[in-house]
Amino acid sequence: MTTTTGAVAVPTVRARHAGFVHDVVSVARRALKLIPRDVEGVLPALVVPVFFFAVNLGSLSEVATQAMPGINFKSFQLPVAIVFAVTGISRASTLVIDIKDGYFDRMLMTPVNRFALLLGLMVADFALVICLSIPVLIMGFLVGADFETGLPGIVVFLLFTGLWGVVFTGFPYAIALKTGSPAAVNASFIMFFPFAFLTTSFLPKELLTPWLATIATYNPVTYLLAALRSLLIVGWDWTALAEGLAAVLAVGVVSMTLAFTALRGRVKRGG
Amino acid sequence: MAPGPLSPVQEANAPTAGPDSVPGMTGAPAIETGIDTAISTHDLRRTFGDFEAVAGIDLSIPTGEIYGFLGPNGAGKSTTVKILCTLLTPTSGRAVVAGHDVSSDPDGVRLRIGAALQDAAIDPKLTGRELLWLQGRYYGLRRAEIESRMDDVLRLVDIGDAIDRRSGTYSGGMRRRLDLACALVHNPQVLFLDEPTTGLDPVSRARVWDEVRRLNSDLGMTIFLTTQYLEEADELADRVGIISEGKIVAEGPPDELKRGIGSDVIIARVVGGLGVARDAVADLPGVDHVGTKGDELTISVEDGAATLSPVAVALNGCGVRVIDLTLRTPTLDDVFLELTGGHIRGGEE
Repeated sequence: MTTTTGAVAVPTVRARHAGFVHDVVSVARRALKLIPRDVEGVLPALVVPVFFFAVNLGSLSEVATQAMPGINFKSFQLPVAIVFAVTGISRASTLVIDIKDGYFDRMLMTPVNRFALLLGLMVADFALVICLSIPVLIMGFLVGADFETGLPGIVVFLLFTGLWGVVFTGFPYAIALKTGSPAAVNASFIMFFPFAFLTTSFLPKELLTPWLATIATYNPVTYLLAALRSLLIVGWDWTALAEGLAAVLAVGVVSMTLAFTALRGRVKRGG
Repeated sequence: MAPGPLSPVQEANAPTAGPDSVPGMTGAPAIETGIDTAISTHDLRRTFGDFEAVAGIDLSIPTGEIYGFLGPNGAGKSTTVKILCTLLTPTSGRAVVAGHDVSSDPDGVRLRIGAALQDAAIDPKLTGRELLWLQGRYYGLRRAEIESRMDDVLRLVDIGDAIDRRSGTYSGGMRRRLDLACALVHNPQVLFLDEPTTGLDPVSRARVWDEVRRLNSDLGMTIFLTTQYLEEADELADRVGIISEGKIVAEGPPDELKRGIGSDVIIARVVGGLGVARDAVADLPGVDHVGTKGDELTISVEDGAATLSPVAVALNGCGVRVIDLTLRTPTLDDVFLELTGGHIRGGEE
């Protein structure tokens, strides 16, 4: 789109606001494009849950079958593998590199909506989390896990894990934006451990020691696992699903508040 | 390109605001914001804790000018650019860029500026073409517009076939040129270049200079260029602002600034008694000013050829040993030295 005056091409293109959704899509598309070019950042998310799933089944299957008669332990463990796969998966390390390299500054100098800068990354995370969940789910089916709720249950299961994955990204994003430090973002992985292990990962709450059962009561992952397990083992247990959703949303309120507050701070003081 | 009548691009992009008509700034100090003024600031300040990085800068840069912002490291150049690019908010004072106030209407500024900051801000995992495409999307350009602009900017910055390679494989010069292309893809009115040639080899530096000249002469783009290279400011800038410790200490066309300290400069490197040497030459006929720094005397004179011999004789007669005696025309560094007592670049002569 150029007009010509003499020998000089005079561009008539004018910058404009693209709109919030367009901005989110632009940021998400870049993040998604980078994922296959950063396989080493994603691969552990597949290896770790497969490893734990295999080890847990191998070491606990017989004991658990005796302790939980009538419950398919493979179905019981599958949500744990999925939660291990998707918890902490985020583009936070990419964001830190953007901050360090000045690309984040470049985006701040554009008219892109500030919230879209983070929301776009989260949209990409959601897509990645769903993609990571599918092979783990297939692996579960292959070893004998099954869904009481059928195909609709699988869809709800994936949406739940996607939502949890995105909700948890708020923590590493908050750290990335607050510190701009790759080391701090990597260290945020530590947050995964209390969430993932001080809960009903391996046994139901009734079989945990009292102190661990008490902690598990206050751990939102307990309710997430209960909701996911209900889809596999029980059927449509609306109470478990509602409690699971409430727990995920509660974590989301905290993590997103931290992340968007950190974004506001970063924008205010300059990339 | 010296400021003159508006080019077609300038007319198309001209801000609509008249003098001092920035919305939401009732009661703010008077500041030029008309279509002839691309950048204006009034008493612009920015502090970090107790440190005042920008200490009351007043600028008035006409549309179509290349303005060189020259100063040593830490003088406040980059902080000023970050304020003008809306990356930092000023602690006090006002800045209006392309007719829009950086504090009250940063989005209005962002739509009209392009910037290539000190380090090339490009994602090494994306190709040059992908980066340009994304940049176009961030500015709301449509597919056809992006393709058209990509052709335009690639002709200008000449990256060649490397445009389809990941930018992580680029040389330093190519990264800078791609960064410049990203800054231009939305056809900005005002372009900020923060030390665009730092770290580049002489050939790459010359190419960037050519590109800057073309942008200004062909498109009438206003260019705000910070640099610590004297010859860069000398070569490119219509006017130069020299900044030291957050304040502008001199401003004007480079030739005018240099003429202000005399027609010629004699540099004498001496051993022993710099003060004695200074006193010996200070009162010689034709000597305007004598500055000292390290083991050097910088002697500003009206007529270098006529004054060189008397200076040599005077130095010889005052008991100091002269190592070097050089006659040259003044540089912007001499201007800086006269005004601040320091050099713009450490060790540079």
